[in-house]
Amino acid sequence: MSAQPATTSISPARRQELIRALGGVLPPAALLTEAEELRPYECDGLSAYRHLPMLVVLPETLEQAQAVLRICREQQVPVVTRGAGTGLSGGALPLAHGVLMGMARFNRILGIDPDNRCARVQPGVRNLAISEAAASHGLYYAPDPSSQIACSIGGNVAENSGGVHCLKYGLTVHNVLAVELLTIEGEQITLGSRALDAPGYDLLAVINGSEGMLGVITEVTVKLLPRPERAQALLAAFDDIETAGAAVARIIGAGIIPAGLEMMDNPAIRAAEAFVHAGYPVEAAAILLCELDGTNAEVSEQVMVVRRLLLDCGAREVRTASDDAERARFWAGRKAAFPAVGRISPDYYCMDGTIPRRHLGPVLRRIAEMEQEYGLRVANVFHAGDGNLHPLILFDANNPGELERAEAFGGRILELCVEMGGTVTGEHGVGIEKLDQMCVQFAPAELQQFHALKAAFDPDGLLNPGKAVPTLHRCAEFGAMHVHGGQLPHPELPRF
Amino acid sequence: MHEQDLGESLTEQVRAAAAAGTPLRIAGGDSKAFHGRQVDAGCTSLCVAGHTGVVAYEPTELAITLRAGTPLAEVEALLSEQGQQLPFEPPAFGPGATIGGAVASGLAGPRRPFAGAVRDAVLGVQLINGRGERLDFGGRVMKNVAGYDVSRLMAGAQGTLGVLLEVSLKVLPSPQGELTLVQEVSASQALERMIRWSRQALPITGLCHTDGRLYVRLGGGEQTLAETRQQLGGEALGPGPSFWADLKEQRLPFFGQPGPLWRLSLPPATPLQDECLLDWGGAQRWVIGDLAADELRERVARAGGHATLFRHHDGRGEVFHPLPAPLLALHRRVKQALDPQRLFNPGRLYAEL
Repeated sequence: MSAQPATTSISPARRQELIRALGGVLPPAALLTEAEELRPYECDGLSAYRHLPMLVVLPETLEQAQAVLRICREQQVPVVTRGAGTGLSGGALPLAHGVLMGMARFNRILGIDPDNRCARVQPGVRNLAISEAAASHGLYYAPDPSSQIACSIGGNVAENSGGVHCLKYGLTVHNVLAVELLTIEGEQITLGSRALDAPGYDLLAVINGSEGMLGVITEVTVKLLPRPERAQALLAAFDDIETAGAAVARIIGAGIIPAGLEMMDNPAIRAAEAFVHAGYPVEAAAILLCELDGTNAEVSEQVMVVRRLLLDCGAREVRTASDDAERARFWAGRKAAFPAVGRISPDYYCMDGTIPRRHLGPVLRRIAEMEQEYGLRVANVFHAGDGNLHPLILFDANNPGELERAEAFGGRILELCVEMGGTVTGEHGVGIEKLDQMCVQFAPAELQQFHALKAAFDPDGLLNPGKAVPTLHRCAEFGAMHVHGGQLPHPELPRF
Repeated sequence: MHEQDLGESLTEQVRAAAAAGTPLRIAGGDSKAFHGRQVDAGCTSLCVAGHTGVVAYEPTELAITLRAGTPLAEVEALLSEQGQQLPFEPPAFGPGATIGGAVASGLAGPRRPFAGAVRDAVLGVQLINGRGERLDFGGRVMKNVAGYDVSRLMAGAQGTLGVLLEVSLKVLPSPQGELTLVQEVSASQALERMIRWSRQALPITGLCHTDGRLYVRLGGGEQTLAETRQQLGGEALGPGPSFWADLKEQRLPFFGQPGPLWRLSLPPATPLQDECLLDWGGAQRWVIGDLAADELRERVARAGGHATLFRHHDGRGEVFHPLPAPLLALHRRVKQALDPQRLFNPGRLYAEL
């Protein structure tokens, strides 16, 4: 049942045959074969994992992409699709025996339809470029992953990317109306439409977050939203992090859905302040950033309520941005949090678990205990509104064993998220990185169901094989090392 | 609320059906039995209505987990006590409607364009697949990209991919206040206003035109409602039977006309062609009459939409818009992946599935 890569190695003769076949359908500049040309494609944003791909193809037209897929299928060679390469879970990690298909040359905005509030774009278009192109119509594309100046919309769909405005405006899946997809057979399929729904199964929902395992996205129609009349930001400082967490629950309990609701802990505050001088209270145990948007009247009404709630909850200080410049300053520290942490530590490892928000206190306490256990420090950045936690584990890869320790620490954090009723990935995807933790979150029958669904799209297992969903064999081996809750997770499987 | 866990018994029934190769007609409250095609002859009934209760509800987490047979009316009452609501405003179409049926049918009310579809609110499901396995997908948190999104796939699948046992849904605060404005305008003027207002960030939660009147529902605080009313104009609709509930449940006089009822789902700014009731700011249009199905479907598809034969048909022909061949082939393989023996609601969505 489970879709496995058809091959794991390839002979020089077959490689030559493949190059000949691809050379027949691609212009010379779209086929890279030499090691120095392949080097830039050896990793994505998760740079701890690297392989040279066997070949790189950079198709410019639908017909070329179709021809590449047909040849790869015929020769049973795996294909890894890559967008801008900013992914954080190794989803675009190449295979030594596979073709890496870069979609960067599909970079045109095909049309903006302001009356139907949508934009038709090629997958290599950058996230931010869509909002820039729609701005003259007073519209924008809502999901804003932190890499939005660089990441491309095809990759956003493949990963179901989030951002800081998900609580109110949703993830990528909530903001995509349609995709054009090439199957591994090279057949073109449209999922979704410019209407609000489409007949049949909601396969569009399945494509979002499918990590390039089901098809190759060649066009995306995104939903555009009217730019809110006004946005206002508040910054609240707290003496302890659990009080800050309680304040989040109070705001939402009061019936207010902020456009953004972000929390940073003290190490993150200090790192950000040292980097961008946003004027953050560096003594605070936690800060909350709350952005409200809507009509002028809506924002005025809500700012009053939120300010009072924050003070009632025990915030020691609440600032309201007096103008857009101050609002931008409030956000500057948050948006620069990752590079800021990069300045205080030679390396950091960004985790991406989600928990029911009410467990924030216990989870952060356990993470603090683990810091002692692993001898590594953590700075926490938190999409507080939707429970998505980004612990940044600080380490130095030049110290032998620290990378491995950081990875083990990260794995434990994700398992803790599952234990608390959450998930191992909120927005970065599983990729190559969290395969082991998928064994903790899902039972074998559920993983088998995922494999069966993949096989419905890709029967030979040629599209990005080995990512996102672990084999049961891998889970059995991982389970042998990890006894979970006093029970072996997969007692029915043989142990090796 | 009545709490009863029939999960084990339902799983046993599916396993028995799988062993015997007997197809199943899945029913909650059977309030939407009219929706879709008739299931194939020879199906045994699998009744989920007794599987009821709230598994988890923490209002400040904006999420609720329910057994699929929980009555929709009870869910709405429970949420309302906490000042919350289901974003997609599902129609009940009868007193027995269940939350599982609301998800499986994928039907949403007037708030759909402004607060999202059923699938947008689905966070996770527990289901029984065609092999009789009880599986959990998604979760109870807002953001979750672990594994393929099998949960959202269940929304609107008409029960053809699995038996829903539990659903976890995102809920939203109800607006502080609501106000409906009415303007006497033609359908084309109404559509033009709908398009114009939808391009502005306004606190609109419903946009409908029927019988020469444009209805605009607003939600928000007192000051917000007052300012928006001033900006848009129109008479405030007085208290009385709710226009929006009657629209959602298809009790307005429009729906009383004789003949088959067609649902057209279109890009919202599509120029008017048929005499219709406009909902969803123009994106959902209801048409009544004996129309030539092929001609209508072709015309709607050309405009980028699709047409469903919603009510008053024999359930034997195509109800949902036919799929292009490669997409239908993919549907068959997806069905095969979840329900290899074709046990669940065979024929309800398409004859082949």
